[in-house]
Amino acid sequence: MPFTAFRGLGFAVAAAVVLQLGGAEAHAETVTVSIDNFTFAPTELKVKVGDTVTWTNRDDIPHTVVSAGKFRSKTMDTDGAFSFTFATAGDYKYFCSLHPHMTGMIKVE
Amino acid sequence: MSHHDHNDENHGVSRRKVLECMTWAGTGVLWTISGGVPRSLGLVDAANAAEPAGMSFLQISDSHVGFDKPANPNALGTLEEAINKINAMPKKPSFMIHTGDISHLSKASEFDDADRIISQAKLDVHYVPGEHDFLDEEIKFYKERYGKGAKGAGWYSFDAGGVHFIGLVNVVDLKAGGLGNLGAEQLEWLENDLKGRSKSTPVVVFAHIPLWTVYPQWGWGTEDGARALEYLKGYGSVTVLNGHIHQVMQKVEGSVTFHTARSTAFPQPAPGAAPSPGPMKVADDKLRSMLGVASINFKMGNQPLAIIDTPLQG
Repeated sequence: MPFTAFRGLGFAVAAAVVLQLGGAEAHAETVTVSIDNFTFAPTELKVKVGDTVTWTNRDDIPHTVVSAGKFRSKTMDTDGAFSFTFATAGDYKYFCSLHPHMTGMIKVE
Repeated sequence: MSHHDHNDENHGVSRRKVLECMTWAGTGVLWTISGGVPRSLGLVDAANAAEPAGMSFLQISDSHVGFDKPANPNALGTLEEAINKINAMPKKPSFMIHTGDISHLSKASEFDDADRIISQAKLDVHYVPGEHDFLDEEIKFYKERYGKGAKGAGWYSFDAGGVHFIGLVNVVDLKAGGLGNLGAEQLEWLENDLKGRSKSTPVVVFAHIPLWTVYPQWGWGTEDGARALEYLKGYGSVTVLNGHIHQVMQKVEGSVTFHTARSTAFPQPAPGAAPSPGPMKVADDKLRSMLGVASINFKMGNQPLAIIDTPLQG
């Protein structure tokens, strides 16, 4: 398929925007944990203070993420997501309050 | 199903043998009380053939009204099919128990839809909640609708047909890494509820998550379930009815018979047979053979318990 000049230009503009955003977020990243097959993946994650973790539920069953006294999501249905920004270093154990055998850990340094 | 001597009043039937009598397909379980002891009969075909005398009741479970994923895009429709099967029974059961996960996401509309369909059976329904029934922000819909007169998160007991029924809640305050949970307050209530009761009283305990450990890797069990069973020691007949795992499983231990019912919404895999316990997508023409209800018949006499489940189809 031949690329038109217009499409080529659009691609270049998009790439520039992405680069700019990447630069702005260099200090605080957003890291994703996916919930798939009743498992948090990755089960253990290392992030830096100020980073945000976003959990997304890929199962056909609702899940939650709960870390006692730290954070608690609403029930996430399929494709639902929850984000939490870690302002303090430490180990954050968490689990799904509906399926407590599902556990995970965020290590914040 | 193999037919052993279900009706041999003189010799009785060993519980093991009764186990063999149980079928593994089911729409719901029809239970009858025989000899003051619950036995379950096939909901439709087997139950009808047996023409149970005495009191009988039904168990349905895991309706998941609102579920619309590939494993069953119309969970409300299959619930209605189950209720239609119940309505077609020639002898009406005395009442029905629902072992939780009435709704999928605890939405008011889901509870409304469930009530609209289940009420068509025109039976009293005794509910216990599943974890899917406590998902609304204020956790009030279940309690408002089904929890009146119940204690704590919704536990209670009642008597019917000479049998003591106990509805327990094991889906709240779950601990990380753990299983289902009854908690100290409920266990204390249970101990008091049983105090002074004759050990010859048949007891039926029902709760959402299995009270016995089916498969801890998937959370299929109750952390302090053994403590509840401790209080039931010495009773001549204890029947434990659960849902949650969307398949029929049975176990007999001494005078205690454990049974889990099928879902009316979607099947789940056998323990360890899949990477997770999530909804299992099966061929469309297989689905109804994996959904069901159960029926139980109590008949005065000297017979042990039997349980039969009946699928929506097949």
